[in-house]
This record gives sequence, C-alpha cells and structure tokens, in this order.
Amino acid sequence: MRTVMTVLRKDLLLELRGFETLPAMILFAIVTFVIFHFGLNRDTIDGQLAAGVLTVTLLFAAMLGINRLFVAEREQGGFDAFLLAPVDRSALLVAKATALFLFLVVLEVIAVPAFGLLLLGPSLGHALPGLIAVLALGDVALAVIGTLVSAIAVQTRARDLIGPIIGLPLLLPALIGMARGAGPLLAAHGSSSPPGRWVAILALYDVVFALLSYAVFDFLLED
Amino acid sequence: MTTYGRGLRGLSLAAAATITVALALVFFYAPLDTDQGFIQKIFYIHVPLAITALCGFVFGGVLGAMYLRTGDRKWDIRSYVAIHMALIFGVGTLLTGTIWAKASWGHWWVWSDPTLTSFLIVMLLFATYQPLRFSIEDPERQSRYASVFAVVAGAFVPLNFIAVRAAQQYVHPRVLTLTGGNLPGSMRLTFLVSLVGIALLYTTLWKYEMAAKSTRMQVRALRRALLGEDSVVPLKRSAAPS
Amino acid sequence: MSSLFAVAPALPLHTAGKYVAGAYIVFLAMVLIYVAIMATRLARTEREIAELRRDVERRRRDEQARDPDRAGEPVA
Repeated sequence: MRTVMTVLRKDLLLELRGFETLPAMILFAIVTFVIFHFGLNRDTIDGQLAAGVLTVTLLFAAMLGINRLFVAEREQGGFDAFLLAPVDRSALLVAKATALFLFLVVLEVIAVPAFGLLLLGPSLGHALPGLIAVLALGDVALAVIGTLVSAIAVQTRARDLIGPIIGLPLLLPALIGMARGAGPLLAAHGSSSPPGRWVAILALYDVVFALLSYAVFDFLLED
Repeated sequence: MTTYGRGLRGLSLAAAATITVALALVFFYAPLDTDQGFIQKIFYIHVPLAITALCGFVFGGVLGAMYLRTGDRKWDIRSYVAIHMALIFGVGTLLTGTIWAKASWGHWWVWSDPTLTSFLIVMLLFATYQPLRFSIEDPERQSRYASVFAVVAGAFVPLNFIAVRAAQQYVHPRVLTLTGGNLPGSMRLTFLVSLVGIALLYTTLWKYEMAAKSTRMQVRALRRALLGEDSVVPLKRSAAPS
Repeated sequence: MSSLFAVAPALPLHTAGKYVAGAYIVFLAMVLIYVAIMATRLARTEREIAELRRDVERRRRDEQARDPDRAGEPVA
C-alpha cells in the first residue's frame, strides 16, 4: 500500500511540475468538440448521439495519456529500480492505474461542462449524478486496460502504435457500456438514472479486467 | 519431445468423415427453413466456424496461461498455433457471414447480427497478436508478452459477446442466428454434426501445424548439434525463434 | 411440401443456391489453400534435411581427408 502511494505521489508530482499530459488531453477534448460541431453541422446534439460523441472524445483524449504512462520508467530506468526494490510488483499497476484514473477525472471535470456548453442541447443538471456514475465506471475500465496495454506496448518496437490497436478493441465493451449508459441521460427529456443493464455490464467488465490485470502484471515486469 | 504426428491420421480421417456426413445431412436431410428458405443452409457452416473460432481463442488463452505457469516454451508455441488457427477460422466466419447477410438482407454487412459484430471486434483484437509478437525481439520476452495477451484477450471473448448481445437485443427482432431454443430436431442434429466436424477439423489442423513447426525446429536443432551454432541461419520472423 | 425437400436432394438453381454454394466454396477454398501452404512447407523441410545431410557428409569427408586412418560410417 505504501508503495502504491509513493509511486502515485511521484507521478502526480511529476505531472504537476511538468504539466504536459493533462493540458494536452483537455485541449484535445475541446478541439474535438469543435470538430464535431463542424463535422456534424449541428449546433446542439442530444440523446444517444451526444453520448457517442462524448464517449469517443474521452476515449481518444485518454489514449494520449495512456501512450505516455510508462515512457519515463522505460527511458530513465524506473523499471529496473522498481524490480530491485523489495516491493510487490503489482503495486506499480495499481499506482499507474490510479494516476491515470485521476487524470481522467480531472479531464472530465473540465471536458464535460465544456461539452454541456458547446454541444449538448439539454441541460446537464438532472443528468449529472447518473452521468458521473457511468463515467466513473468507464474511467476505471480505461485506467485498468490503459495501464495494462501501455505496459505491454512500452517494451515493443512500435510503441505508440501497439498501445491503441490492442487497447481499442479490448475497450469496446466498456465503451459500448459508457455510450449506451449515458444515452438516455443526455436525451431531451431524459431520465436521471442510467439504465441498469449497462451499469451492470460496466461493473462486470471492471471487476473482471481489474482482477485479470492484477494477476498477469507480474509477468510483464520480469526481466 | 512431443510427437504431434501420432494419431494425426485417425484424427484427420474422423474429421473428414464427420464433415462429409454433415454435408450430406445439410443438403439431403435437414428441412427447409420457413423464413429464409434455402439460404438458411449457410447457417450450418457459418455458426460452427464461429463457435470453433471463439473456442480456439479461449483455448489459446488457456495455453498461454500454461506457459506463464510453467515457463516451458512448448506451451507458448501451442498457444500461438491455437490463436493462428482460430484467426483463420474467424476469417472463414466473417466471409460466410457476409455472404449470408447479402443473401438475407441485401447488404454485405449488417450491424443487426450480434454474432457478426462481436466477431468483428474479437478479430480486430486478435489481429494485433502477430504484430505484437514480432515487434519484440527477445524470444523469452516475446513468449511472455504473447502469453499475457492471449490470456487477457481470451478472457475478453465471452465478455465481448455478452456486451454486444445486450446492445443489439432490442434493435432488430430478426437476427441471422437461430437461437438454440427453437431449432427443430432434424436441424439440431445436422447442426451438431456440423459443429463436431468443424471442431475436429480445427483440432486436426492444429496438430498438423504443430507437427510442421516441431519438425522444422528439430531439423534446426540437429543441424546445430552436428555442425555447430554458426551453421544455423537465424530465422527472420518466427514465433519459435531458435 | 417441406417433407418433399427433406426427402429429395434440395438443389434449386435460383439465386439462393448461388449464395449457399458460394459460402461452402469459400470454406473449401480455405481448406485447400491451407493444404497448399503445408505442401510448400513440407517441401522446404525436405530441402533443409537434404542440405543437412549434404553438409554432414561434407564434414565427414573433410575429417576423413585430414585423418585417413579413422574409418567413418557412411551417412545413411
């Protein structure tokens, strides 16, 4: 547990001081909203279309963060240092996934209101609690799979290509869950609670892949 | 060293016999479907291919887990061949599926069939298996990462199926796949025989491929033993670098 | 009517038949292509074994030439 906190603090401090990844993710998301406005030629969108646009934008912004997750470790020998230390190796997975999750939360705190301002037709107010729940579950999926895939990709030759092409298909069930879960919430006279089926699928996905990643992560770190 | 050729003849004969019987049943015994008519016959090749491919991917994951547990390279090669074969059967599934879609709906691709869609997603994922493997140079690391991928992707298959099925359920009531519940007896028998035949074919081809790979590795090992290390030309792209 | 189809071979030649035939032909073609690929690999393995025999034979002859007293066994 202490290991997790130490690595997590290191990553958060690095980001706070360097401030590279998070601003890029946020900027990317907002620019993407603008592109969608022009691409779809619509002033406002709602319902399932809005949910789809939001999910896709968050996904690609997350990809930016995922690609950079382990780069510092790889280039500056962090992996070796971690392997030498007498700590549980899966702690690295937990720390990195938590860091990525926090990045995604910060991203959404800014991007979702921006989305509400720029593109979304109906107001966010009543949808917000349900939306937060769906996005939170989706962020767990993005964080877990993103960390796993990033750890695999950083050791290969085609680093930033392998990450997305493995991660995107793996994430599809979670993305389906996010988009379909948020769809009814963002509709014109939408409900304020997300459909139970999709919340269940998201939760199942999160549990299965969190456990699976935890089990296999050790093998990725061996030298 | 395991010999994969033993029992291969019996297995391939069983596969050939079962598939022949299945084809006879499909065209001479199974009744005509009331909805789709003759076109429904594609069902008997498409769905067994699909089921076998998906099981092959899960099988590959299990073999990958065995490698992670034991560290013995032979499990990794078995996993590689299982996934490779399942990919080929998957391509067959997609091809027969699009033909069925075109015949039934008039379009080469339909989103309304959950099997086709979840299949596309699984294929997109496993298509990255070989690029991943061959971008890692160190053989031991290659095996390890490939096995991790095989395990995670194998676990993904059932989850993906559930998610896509849930997403498509209420969009189109008529789907291309007949649910197991309401198949009449003669159709069910035909389907089961086809399924067994295709599964036997998969197992035969897996063994066949393992035998070919194993033979090649043994020739190289012999050459290395008899003539020394430097007379062996290193393999360029191989899942079994040795 | 359907019982008639069940008894007699169902071989209509209208458009439906073409698609069904197409699907089964795709399957057959894939199996046959695989057979062809395996044939190529088998030929390559035979070639590798022939090369191996030739190289071992050559090595034996070289050793015999250097040391004629040693009787070598013929490579089978």
